[in-house]
Amino acid sequence: MALGFAVSIVSAAALGCEILLMRLFSIVQWHNFAAMIISLALLGIGASGTALALGRTWLEPRFAAALPAAAALFGTTAMAGFALAQRIPFNPLELAWDARQPLYLALVYLLLAVPFVFAGGFIGIALYWFRERAGRIYRFDLIGAGLGAPGAIAALFLLAPGDGLRLIGGLGFAAAALVCRDRAVAQPGRVAAAFAVLAIALPLAVPAGWLAPRLSPYKGLSQALQVPGAAVVAERSSPLGLVTAVVSPDVPFRHAPGLSLANTIEPPEQIALFTDGGGLSAVTRFDGDRGPLAYLGFQPAALPYHLAEQPMVLVLGAGGGAAVLRALVHGARRIDAVELNPDVVALMRQDLAEFSGDLYGRDDVRMTVDEPRAFVAGTGARYDIIAMTVPGAGAAGAWASSASTLYTVEALAAYLRRLTPGGILAVTSPLALPPRTSIRLAATAIAALESLGVEQPGRRLAVVRGLDRVSLLVKNGALSPADLDAIRRFSRDRWFDVAYLPGMAREAANRFNILAEPYLFDAVTALLGAERRAFLEAYKFDIRPATDDRPYAFRFFKWRSLSEFVGLRGRGGNALIEWSYLILAATLAQAVAAGLVLILLPLRGLPRAGPGRAEGLRTAIYFFALGLGFMFVEIAFIQRFTLFLGHPLYAAAVVLSAFLVFAGLGSGASERLMERRTAEQTIVRAVLAIAIVALLYLAVIPALFEALKPGPAALKVAASVALIAPLAFCMGMPFPLGLARLRDRAPGWIPWAWAVNGCASVIGAVLAALLAMHLGFKAVVGLAAALYLIAAGVAARPFTDAGRGLADTARNRPK
Amino acid sequence: MPKRIWPLVLALLVAVAPVAASGGQDYAESRRVLIESIEDDVRATAAYIGRARLDDRVMAAMARVPRHEFVPERVRRYAYENRPLPIGYGQTISQPYIVALMTDLLALGEDSVVLEIGTGSAYQAAVLAELVARVYTIEIVEPLGGAARRRLARLGYDNVEVRIGDGYDGWAEHAPFDAIMVTAAASHVPPPLLGQLKPGGRLVIPVGDRFFTQQLILIEKRDDGALTTTQVLPVRFVPLVRAE
Repeated sequence: MALGFAVSIVSAAALGCEILLMRLFSIVQWHNFAAMIISLALLGIGASGTALALGRTWLEPRFAAALPAAAALFGTTAMAGFALAQRIPFNPLELAWDARQPLYLALVYLLLAVPFVFAGGFIGIALYWFRERAGRIYRFDLIGAGLGAPGAIAALFLLAPGDGLRLIGGLGFAAAALVCRDRAVAQPGRVAAAFAVLAIALPLAVPAGWLAPRLSPYKGLSQALQVPGAAVVAERSSPLGLVTAVVSPDVPFRHAPGLSLANTIEPPEQIALFTDGGGLSAVTRFDGDRGPLAYLGFQPAALPYHLAEQPMVLVLGAGGGAAVLRALVHGARRIDAVELNPDVVALMRQDLAEFSGDLYGRDDVRMTVDEPRAFVAGTGARYDIIAMTVPGAGAAGAWASSASTLYTVEALAAYLRRLTPGGILAVTSPLALPPRTSIRLAATAIAALESLGVEQPGRRLAVVRGLDRVSLLVKNGALSPADLDAIRRFSRDRWFDVAYLPGMAREAANRFNILAEPYLFDAVTALLGAERRAFLEAYKFDIRPATDDRPYAFRFFKWRSLSEFVGLRGRGGNALIEWSYLILAATLAQAVAAGLVLILLPLRGLPRAGPGRAEGLRTAIYFFALGLGFMFVEIAFIQRFTLFLGHPLYAAAVVLSAFLVFAGLGSGASERLMERRTAEQTIVRAVLAIAIVALLYLAVIPALFEALKPGPAALKVAASVALIAPLAFCMGMPFPLGLARLRDRAPGWIPWAWAVNGCASVIGAVLAALLAMHLGFKAVVGLAAALYLIAAGVAARPFTDAGRGLADTARNRPK
Repeated sequence: MPKRIWPLVLALLVAVAPVAASGGQDYAESRRVLIESIEDDVRATAAYIGRARLDDRVMAAMARVPRHEFVPERVRRYAYENRPLPIGYGQTISQPYIVALMTDLLALGEDSVVLEIGTGSAYQAAVLAELVARVYTIEIVEPLGGAARRRLARLGYDNVEVRIGDGYDGWAEHAPFDAIMVTAAASHVPPPLLGQLKPGGRLVIPVGDRFFTQQLILIEKRDDGALTTTQVLPVRFVPLVRAE
């Protein structure tokens, strides 16, 4: 039992470690790079299986010492790995230029892989040594991981992420102490006591500077703090991000993106809010006097206020409040503001309340902390203006691999449904050249209008372009001649270009701020006409609308254009390349290469006598397919359920936790099921159930979610758990059943199976994201079902003995 | 050491060798090669940036300024590669191709007076100083500004004046300027700078992040004081394949 709990602790701590490292590297670097680094580091688990398979003979007599040692080393390296990794001068922005950067990157993830090697080693030894009860051990593993996910998220509310790593370190030593007390391990009491002391003492002894994230000097916060007099005035951290408020009394921030050249008013004093050291949002001093805020009318985002009198306004993603102030300045009657991050709102209402004129506490402003789409789905209110801003995606396409359901066809349709007759949805986005986001948004709006049955979407659209920002208006109804006049006047007075209006001439679309061609006019015209398909096909970036099934609003990369981009690299073309996407592809390539090595390496060391080559291949395919399939299902359903539950964080916690816990219960139950049937028969039943349930969910879940959407949160969580439970329960079975198949005939293969499965899980996670970008999440679930069926196919036959062992075949030596 | 490690060690040594060997290179020769590569690049992107070649004077200035003097010791061996380099404090020295292009866009005369916001290492200021009568440059990060001032003095650029401070308000004492270059991060064009631009003058702002210049904004003040802006993509890239 002590062993079981120790497995749970290590498993929970390893999952927590993964979440914390992701958080830390999102602060140090950028979150897409964090995702890549951490997913590769998880190959450490596969590597532990490889090491175990290779060193089994040596290690076997020493298992009793190896178990506590592995746990303690996990705890140590969880802290040390990060402390060392963030000292490596890896700079993702230089990947395009500097040949040393890939080496630094490799070093970073090798260092971070070490704790996962030890955590994986601990669990791998337990699974192999106590293979008679592998189902129960695996249950402890999965349930531990299932508790680790919400545990880590809770810890991130209470602790700085660096201190969270101390907790992980302590848990490693606690597991070491605990496992010493297991009957089979039976280490002396003083050893256990020493580990217990270290569990407290070591994490406390690590200097703060080692674990505190050191931001890349190229992040906005680092650069802001270079300015003389700039200082951090408040900071809050949660799993949603590290929010830092910075004052700069000597050199004001003057943050006003897209500001017209016709504007002569300098913005008032501002405090900058950074999230994870980037994503600047400014809080502007406000004392009730609207005069100093007149500059807010000189940004493209001010356009909708020229088409509505005393509007009811909804601001989605309120941040530091610029859009709320803009609505106030333009005489909004009431403003509903939605912000996801409670820390931002808390800063505004507490630390910066006086400075911001308690903007979010005013009678005419109602602030709600919620995910914007969840708010829109839940509200019954209708608005004259719904305003939102698409953040700058960074020159290097830093967000290409991030999913966001705020800018999908379904999202825009949902916003449009909340407009009053004649109401306006206004989306402001950065203008990059060649245009990408702005064109995709127009395409998305057209698709959303069509999905609502609008016959002539072009009559409802207007696009206005400033120096570096584009505002897209979508009206609930046709734009009137008065609207068109107002838009033209607004643009002319601010030296903005009208990039698209119904019925306008092409020449009028490129007057003040001259582009090589009137790209936006041409694009919107093409998207509204018969040549839409041809245009989307011919454009060198992928600008098809994002959907909830394929929610990658910032991925524009087309493989077809890659050679042209690469040819233009030195000639100013580097910014055309979406590094984040290419890095994801490179991550997959690396994971596959490393995975192959880790899987093939132990073949020489596998026991010579025993089952034949064909059985070896079947074993590999089986555990590989399970690894891929599990991740495919998990990732696709996290995405689906996040949209339903409405909050990325809580959804991930609920879904991940439910998946792992119920899979754990399924694993535990698999042993009992085998009492009546063979492992093979049980596998086939479990796997068929998985495939059927997963495909059934694809069919029924959209309607079910739609019906439950307005319901209370508790009901939604309960429904989610109830839906996940049977699927996950079945998904927990095939792995221990597969081990059961091995344990009588080829027990030496168990560590190898652990390696194959570990590598496949990493490859599966990266592959799922890439497949979702191109094919959508539904396709990912379909593929998962196919993978499970393949696994059932190879494991359906009873285990066969052949004359030659796998290892002999590998060495090509006769027996 | 096990035998099979040796090939790996050898491979690593071979990989490191060219880097080590490039230490004592002839900078003038490297600079010539760089200039040729920029000329090639400009020719290749001619159709898009609207000129087959950059002004001879700009290219001559690029050929004279010793870029290796403007980068930190540890990246000096890359000084004549056509790429941006880190110079500390989260700042960079721009890619030479972009420096040449931006300088060319300003259409400078020998007696021009130029204002630069964001001195950095002062490489851009030195290129400007080769071409014009007087350069005024403002840097916000004190250690960078101080080092830039000393470096320019050491290299004999006595027509450049460096000020440490906020660039938003420009440099009223020396206004108006024939040309203004804004290489510091800003969310919008500071109105005072537009005021300090002479009629007929030009202002250039690169858009992008530290290592990737995405596009250039060129603002021209006509003789009647009206402003026109042009977006220049620094690369020959057409987003559409035209139907045949």
